[in-house]
Amino acid sequence: MRFAVVVFPGTWSDCDFHYVISEVLHQPVKYVWHRERSLDDVDCVILPGGFSYGDYLRAGAVAGRSPVVESLGGFVERGGYVLGSCNGFQILCEAGLLPGALMRNECLQYRCQSTHLVVEQVETPFTRGLRRGQVLTMPISHGEGKYHADPETLALLRKRNQIVFRYATAEGAVTRAANPNGSVENIAGVASPEGTVLGLMPHPERAAEAAIGGTDGLLLFQSLLGTLVEDGSFLKR
Amino acid sequence: MTGAEPKVTVDLARALGLTGEEYDRIVKRLGREPSYTELGLFSALWSEHCAYKHSRVFLRRLPQTGPRVLQGPGENAGAVDIGDGWAVVFKIESHNHPSFIEPFQGAATGVGGILRDIFTMGARPIAILDSLRFGDPDDPKTRKLIEGVVSGISWYGNCFGCPTVGGEMAFAPEYAGNPLVNVLCVGLVRADEIFRARAAGVGNPVFYVGNKTGRDGIHGATMASATFDEHAEERRPTVQVGDPFTEKLLLEACLEAMRTGAIVGIQDMGAAGLACCTSEMPARSGTGMEVEISRVPQREWGMTPYEILLSESQERMLLVAARGREEEIRRVFAKWELDAVQIGQVTEADELVVRERDEVVARVPVAALADGPRYEKPTTEPADLAGLRAFDPLSLAEPRDLGATLATLLGAPTIASKEWTFRQYDQQVGINTLVLPGSDAAVLRVKGTRRALAVKTDGNGRQVFLDPRRGAAMAVCEAARNVSCAGGRPIGVTDCLNFGSPERPEILWQFAEAIDGIAEACRHLDLPVVGGNVSFYNETSGQAVLPTPVIGVVGLLEDAARHSTQGFKAAGHRVALLGGEAVSLGGSEYLWTLHRRLAGALAPLDLELERRVQAAVQNAVEAGLVASAHDCAEGGIAVALAECCVTGRQRVGAQIALPGGIRGDLALFGEGPSRIVVSVEPARVRAFEALMAESAIPWRWIGATGGERLRMAVGEADAIDAPLERLESAWRSGFERHMA
Amino acid sequence: MKVRVLIRLRSSILDVQGSAVKRALGGLGFDDLDDLRVGKMIELEVRAASPEAARGRVDEMCRKLLANPLLEDYTVEVLPAGDLAQARAGR
Repeated sequence: MRFAVVVFPGTWSDCDFHYVISEVLHQPVKYVWHRERSLDDVDCVILPGGFSYGDYLRAGAVAGRSPVVESLGGFVERGGYVLGSCNGFQILCEAGLLPGALMRNECLQYRCQSTHLVVEQVETPFTRGLRRGQVLTMPISHGEGKYHADPETLALLRKRNQIVFRYATAEGAVTRAANPNGSVENIAGVASPEGTVLGLMPHPERAAEAAIGGTDGLLLFQSLLGTLVEDGSFLKR
Repeated sequence: MTGAEPKVTVDLARALGLTGEEYDRIVKRLGREPSYTELGLFSALWSEHCAYKHSRVFLRRLPQTGPRVLQGPGENAGAVDIGDGWAVVFKIESHNHPSFIEPFQGAATGVGGILRDIFTMGARPIAILDSLRFGDPDDPKTRKLIEGVVSGISWYGNCFGCPTVGGEMAFAPEYAGNPLVNVLCVGLVRADEIFRARAAGVGNPVFYVGNKTGRDGIHGATMASATFDEHAEERRPTVQVGDPFTEKLLLEACLEAMRTGAIVGIQDMGAAGLACCTSEMPARSGTGMEVEISRVPQREWGMTPYEILLSESQERMLLVAARGREEEIRRVFAKWELDAVQIGQVTEADELVVRERDEVVARVPVAALADGPRYEKPTTEPADLAGLRAFDPLSLAEPRDLGATLATLLGAPTIASKEWTFRQYDQQVGINTLVLPGSDAAVLRVKGTRRALAVKTDGNGRQVFLDPRRGAAMAVCEAARNVSCAGGRPIGVTDCLNFGSPERPEILWQFAEAIDGIAEACRHLDLPVVGGNVSFYNETSGQAVLPTPVIGVVGLLEDAARHSTQGFKAAGHRVALLGGEAVSLGGSEYLWTLHRRLAGALAPLDLELERRVQAAVQNAVEAGLVASAHDCAEGGIAVALAECCVTGRQRVGAQIALPGGIRGDLALFGEGPSRIVVSVEPARVRAFEALMAESAIPWRWIGATGGERLRMAVGEADAIDAPLERLESAWRSGFERHMA
Repeated sequence: MKVRVLIRLRSSILDVQGSAVKRALGGLGFDDLDDLRVGKMIELEVRAASPEAARGRVDEMCRKLLANPLLEDYTVEVLPAGDLAQARAGR
């Protein structure tokens, strides 16, 4: 599978995703500058974390209107996959590719910490190798990660099973104490109705090697690549 | 020159921070009265901050060379070879004065400044550590300072995308009116691709790149060279404002421009801004420089040459390019949407010529600017110091409940968990951080190699106050010992020397003694000091801070997988104490926390023993023989063991027996150098014993891990028997309860 | 044409920053506050033939970038000439 990692002015998880895809997963990967529009030779586009344009207006607002993001709609229609993490999730929401919005953390402080995520939806390319209720460990690192959606949108998200991850305890219980930023219903990640666009605040690329934060983040890529299900050595549904 | 400029007199020179003698020297050097702009140049370049007037004669005593050193002091940062063609670039710098006046922006721009020092060398920053000192967090004013400083560091570092992986925070009333904000940055560069702040090649174009110039921070360097009074807050307008987004673009643009090969030299416009760069860069290369000031990109209207030269607007660099390759430079900076404007060229004559629309506004020999006055002022030992040191802490009664005392110490803000602070910092971006904040030293892998770096800062102001020479030597030892506990072999030092006014002989004595202590310890441990910073005038209304040399040590691990952390890993491991027996309650956290006294003598320091103990623990970690290693520091062995119990992935208790014959509080909470607590899996006990025998150091088994309590005996007496839950909750809440 | 845009969170959305500032003011003795909302102000100088044209243009900017309609309300105010400069000088 061919990957592209998008670079906006102010992006900083680009090198980390690139490293994980090329050095850990051994897949072809290239950087794409935010002004480019062509995504023809790519299967999966990564929108990485960072502070695009300093996030000075609103997190992800300016990047959400950039040429490369404008071409994502067509890319998805042609069958492409999109993964947005951290600032990438904010950008996808700002661009209207995912519902809802990300607001300032309830504690009003930046939060960098390990979190547990309970898997709610396994019918997406990114989670198809996982089990519903499985708990993943991945770090967060953001100041504006409080997921917000109005009641109608939330109802729709639930109905269409678009809520993919919720913040939870190590045992998988969705509690207020396990919610690091005040997200509505502990939502940590949502997908498009077809499941091919996934946005999440946590950083899967920081949980892709045993020596660095564990390997739960790899499971998303391995699901996408099909290696999780095929080799049979990982959890099946 | 414009008529609106003030008339140049000796009084004006004094108002700008120069002395009458210095003014005379300028006149003599120029052979005439300086213009207003020229006087501004001298006042900035000859400030303590830029010229190291009072410190230079002492700094020469530090060892600065070694086989690995690629760049010592005098450049933007130091560089040390780490093998495989890589070099580590690092430096620590203070931003104390700006942070007191405007905590958020002061701390943020402190981070910005040190990041630029690293990437002007061609290195990509991979880690930040902050060494912070505040007054008592009980005081609401101090809490506001802490909140501002921490959120400023968090904002700038996180937005820029460099992880904050360590550092320390300590509290003492002497810092209440003058907090210390020291930031260390570490970067990586190919050893043969290091850039320097040189203006070589007559005729080469001089480029201004980065943010536009405003009136921010004019005379910041002078401000950092003055003491505070109750009017400090009125000086707010000179504080600079940070823009981490532009800094990130500047990083990427500079590294990309460097790869083109079109850059000859580059320097950050930090303190004293353009004035500093246009004189220091040619001075280092024996050249001169001509600049047209009206070409400098400006953010405000009507700025004078004086203001443009002295502005400390952030996120700007001056670079010298190879003639004929200007377009390559412009193209890279345009891609990153940054200004890159040619403002002048390198000249043959040894002088700086500044023009404003062709009219000369300053013409000064660069050597005169770069070569400020040097003083060797008198030093005197403070009269009351001998008396303070003579105090015997054992004349105070021993507490009845030593377990409760341990909990009290774990809850002391200096010792307690700093998670409140660290969780506001991105600690992982770059995916190199093998050991996160909360252990002895941070460990970062070097991608593309098997190696890793361990980094730590330390500096105990109380110990240096009571005994500057030994206290400063101990700071070097402690930082190096922390690096050793993580498995690193120390390879270089950067120091940030925070003191009061050097014009007071007692302060200068503290400084001179501390330098001698650092030099002695570094020589013994084979550690070159490759860069650093002196921050004088840390006093408010005559009250100086505790003399605080903050020592940053970088260590190298040959095998990244063979590193260690401080927390116990499992029950059934044996626990050993490596190193010396000598401890003291003089200057200890115990004496301060329980009795609010700063007095007594420090434990003796045996540098040869220190070296051997560090080598022993390095070898043990490298051989994979220890499950944990932790330095005994503030709060003594009892606090160290409690930290081992509660900072691992899960809580693990321990039963410990210490030799008797001394008072319980001294045995448990006494502080001394060269002491490390390790835990060893049963299967590795024999190999560990063999290694220790080879190491020729004093060591002993003191107990074993297991259970849900920490039990400690001193001689025959049961001294402590405390549930870990209680100890952990004291440790977790000790600092955070003030900030919630 | 000088135009001022005020952006604030919609009233249905919890303003955590506003609540924190309100609490802080309460701590300083300002306990006579019923509500406090934090927002942001953007000042623009627009080339336009008429105030209506300027307003229309800025309204479009708000919808396309300056405000997030899921979270924020905004108001657009065309200022009489000179106001913006005065407002700046007075800061």
